[in-house]
Amino acid sequence: MPHDKLIRMANQIAGFFATQPGQNQAERVAAHLNDFWGPEMRAELKAHAAEDDSDLAPLVRDAIPLI
Amino acid sequence: MKDFIIPWDDRDMGTPAVEGAPVTLTVDGFEVTVPEGTSVMRAAAEIGMSIPKLCASDNLEAFGSCRLCVVEIEGRRGTPASCTTPVAEGMVVRTQSSKVKKIRRGVMELYISDHPLDCLTCAANGDCELQDMAGAVGLRDVRYEAPENGGLANHFEPRTGGEVNPEWIAKDDSNPYFTYDPSKCIVCSRCVRACEEVQGTFALTIEGRGFDSRVSAGGPLDEFLTSDCVSCGACVQACPTATLQEKSVIELGTPERSVITTCAYCGVGCSFKAELNGDELVRMTPYKHGEANRGHSCVKGRFAYGYASHSDRILNPMIRDSIEEPWREVSWEEAIGFAADRMRGLQERYGRKSIGVITSSRCTNEETYLVQKLARGVFMNNNTDTCARVCHSPTGYGLGQTFGASAGTQNFDSVEKVDVAIIIGANPTDAHPVFGSRLKRRVRAGAKLIVIDPRKTDVVRSAHIEAAHHLPLRPGTNVAVVTAMAHVIVDEKLYDEAFIRERCDWNEFVEYMEFVQDVRHSPEMTEMLTGVPAEELRKAARLYATGGNGAIYYGLGVTEHSQGSTTVMGIANLAMMTGNIGREGVGVNPLRGQNNVQGSCDMGSFPHELPGYRHVKGDEVRALFESKWGVEIDPEPGLRIPNMLDAAVSGSFKGLYCQGEDILQSDPDTHHVAAGLAAMECVIVHDLFLNETANYAHVFLPGSTFLEKDGTFTNAERRINRVREVMKPRNGYADWEVTQLLAKAMGADWTYTHPSQIMDEIAETTPGFANVDYAMLEERGSVQWPCNDDAPDGSPIMHVDGFVRGKGRFIVTEYIPTDERSGPRFPLLLTTGRILSQYNVGAQTRRTENSIWHDEDVLEIHPHDAEVRGVKEGDWVKLASRSGETSLRATITDKVVPGVVYTTFHHPDTQANVITTDFSDWATNCPEYKVTAVQVGLSNGPTEWQRQYNAQADRSRRILPAAE
Repeated sequence: MPHDKLIRMANQIAGFFATQPGQNQAERVAAHLNDFWGPEMRAELKAHAAEDDSDLAPLVRDAIPLI
Repeated sequence: MKDFIIPWDDRDMGTPAVEGAPVTLTVDGFEVTVPEGTSVMRAAAEIGMSIPKLCASDNLEAFGSCRLCVVEIEGRRGTPASCTTPVAEGMVVRTQSSKVKKIRRGVMELYISDHPLDCLTCAANGDCELQDMAGAVGLRDVRYEAPENGGLANHFEPRTGGEVNPEWIAKDDSNPYFTYDPSKCIVCSRCVRACEEVQGTFALTIEGRGFDSRVSAGGPLDEFLTSDCVSCGACVQACPTATLQEKSVIELGTPERSVITTCAYCGVGCSFKAELNGDELVRMTPYKHGEANRGHSCVKGRFAYGYASHSDRILNPMIRDSIEEPWREVSWEEAIGFAADRMRGLQERYGRKSIGVITSSRCTNEETYLVQKLARGVFMNNNTDTCARVCHSPTGYGLGQTFGASAGTQNFDSVEKVDVAIIIGANPTDAHPVFGSRLKRRVRAGAKLIVIDPRKTDVVRSAHIEAAHHLPLRPGTNVAVVTAMAHVIVDEKLYDEAFIRERCDWNEFVEYMEFVQDVRHSPEMTEMLTGVPAEELRKAARLYATGGNGAIYYGLGVTEHSQGSTTVMGIANLAMMTGNIGREGVGVNPLRGQNNVQGSCDMGSFPHELPGYRHVKGDEVRALFESKWGVEIDPEPGLRIPNMLDAAVSGSFKGLYCQGEDILQSDPDTHHVAAGLAAMECVIVHDLFLNETANYAHVFLPGSTFLEKDGTFTNAERRINRVREVMKPRNGYADWEVTQLLAKAMGADWTYTHPSQIMDEIAETTPGFANVDYAMLEERGSVQWPCNDDAPDGSPIMHVDGFVRGKGRFIVTEYIPTDERSGPRFPLLLTTGRILSQYNVGAQTRRTENSIWHDEDVLEIHPHDAEVRGVKEGDWVKLASRSGETSLRATITDKVVPGVVYTTFHHPDTQANVITTDFSDWATNCPEYKVTAVQVGLSNGPTEWQRQYNAQADRSRRILPAAE
């Protein structure tokens, strides 16, 4: 999958959960990714984050270890 | 094969049923008790006495014009019409006195004196109420004769008394499906009343008075086709004579048998009587006891079935090694073997997850269940998705999160109790016409309407209805508008605290209140963003919160956005905070696009969940299916349609079995879809026609129509309705059989011999379907899930005593604008939708006479935007976005506001989706069809891309003659 699309999708999910009340937004981003993204897409996102996470929303960065 | 026996009384009772206190009377000495307000005619019919009638029908209010139904009532003077006379306690009615019999014969004599006596060659012979009534009243003689030196004044002879008869009007056969023959009209007004009361279009009227009275469609120069008539056929059905007559009956004769089945067009799921001679379909008439449609239909369901026998239908399997080659017709065995070898080969070379399926929302529950089972149990992966991905997946997510069940909360009958209806992002009179008619009827009876839509749709203002408020929002700002409405309700303390405290999580509501009270959500602040005047929005919010039963109906204008899921949650919030959930007349009602979108979602078509919306990560649910199917199920979600295409482009997804979907035309960003399909090594298309997707296919498996198989559809109100085999599959196999052949060729041991066995398996594994089986559906007609031991009669309304998830959950809905914005290069916003006469990608309706109403997609543009671009009505314009460009004709209209343009996506020649982008809903990847930044400019005709596309399509559709 093109990286920019993957990143945009992940950032969109983070965008929603960032607006939600509570302290566990990163966990909720991770849960959403685990529930709806296949393992290959998650692996791709993780690989991208390991290389360069500057274009990822902070919540996605926080969620990476949990996916 | 035997006809389906109709379990209910199918007679015309003369006048509509009413509710009221019991009243007892006697009719010809027999006692009968009926609700107060019932007509004498209906009371008599209740005990099996049919009083002669012509102008009365039980789907229309009594009219009292034909005077055939007169009766005598003890203690009353004269001979009142039984249709307009309500019953009274102790009333004594005589239906067959010598006085009324004489009157009836006299009335019939007058009718027949102005009616042609060509019964034997008349298309309504044997199906004519005038004929029946002449018999019933014992008419034996017509005494009216022409005067000696002149003709008899009449309406049916072209010439009378040697002169041209000015009263005679030629037949109007402008409508492709029915004719209007004024010479046979008895002016009973049933057609006019059906058009008004049932359909709500008001296209027909009675022109003139007395002897000059004529049925007229539109103005003096109109014929049926040019009038406002929407060709729903209610008038044809209402007509007691051959005046309004189906052309199919004229051509084929009156049908001799009928089978009850379910329409395969939109999500309303109308019940129909398919009427046939042998296996030749003569006509479809809406089934009176169909609980979704209550005897009404639209032009698609009633008339647009010709595609089933269209010459474009492919009836033999075909294969080819590459998409550059022409198709080769082969046996089923060879095609299935070829497909199975290729798919297994791909898995061996590229891995278990390199192939997948797309289930069809046009196929039955049983077929859909088998296709996802094929992915999970034979391909051994979760790569299954369905077209709901591109329409209502945000409904699934949003309602699942807030209510705990991803389905509409009401039945369609609930609309009869609505006081305030919000229609948001839906155009029911075009896309869900029968529901649209039922809604309009309720609005005419006094219910209020709030329309939230960028376009001035027909429900905003049309004959005898007008929305109390139209909020013409800028495309993409749904969340801001819905949240602003919540702001008003909280700000002005209009919420239902008792309901929230009892039924929802109060703490979550408090958090939500804090969020929504912020001044940035006030309508005054959001006006700049949404374009909706603050005062109008405030009034609308007040009306919804305080106007009695408030119901929200929504469509793809809500879901097909980057924030589709957020809007669905916002809608759920509105319903919960106003206590509009859990009873008749309220609720949250997604209007589903296709006939079985609900069912395909229920059946586990999504890559992350097994049938019954249970996530594949659940050990218990996996164990259930594993023991049933004897396989191990992957606990990880599979690929969604857009993910499959992305994976195909990047080389890891290689094979697809696509049943009854045309993703190349229906999915966004056509270039990307084409690239994905072209990158695959085995695309199996299972369809009626060589659709656009088939341009990239290697195997074509011919499909069967809804008339050719048994099964069930589940409509937008969760109603499981039987689809019945009206005729044998012309391609040789029902679709479920084809899937089973493929599964077996790939090693499965499936042994289904009838779809009822598949339903039994669904019931065994899916709690909401636990008590559903075909025997029950035969007996009851239909049932709404959940149907199990907790709800043995099904569930017309959900969340009655509590939400499925326990406490209703309020979710904060911050507005996050889409990245798709208009700017200097693309200054307009394009939004897309449907039109009444065409359906989805048009594969079916384009192959019917419906194209007479819409033979090409056109671009709606506001006069202001057109003028600055020099665009005139009918000009070819180029529509361009960052994804692609196409050309189509423009039509200038103020239905759209300045800055917004609109088109439909029914025609592959236009391919509106070459314009739409790959942006999608944050939660579900539902594409953002409804917002694309575009530019419009004059053009000379089709673009280079359109020419290339058509050339490729023509090349790809070549079929080699069968080998000798």
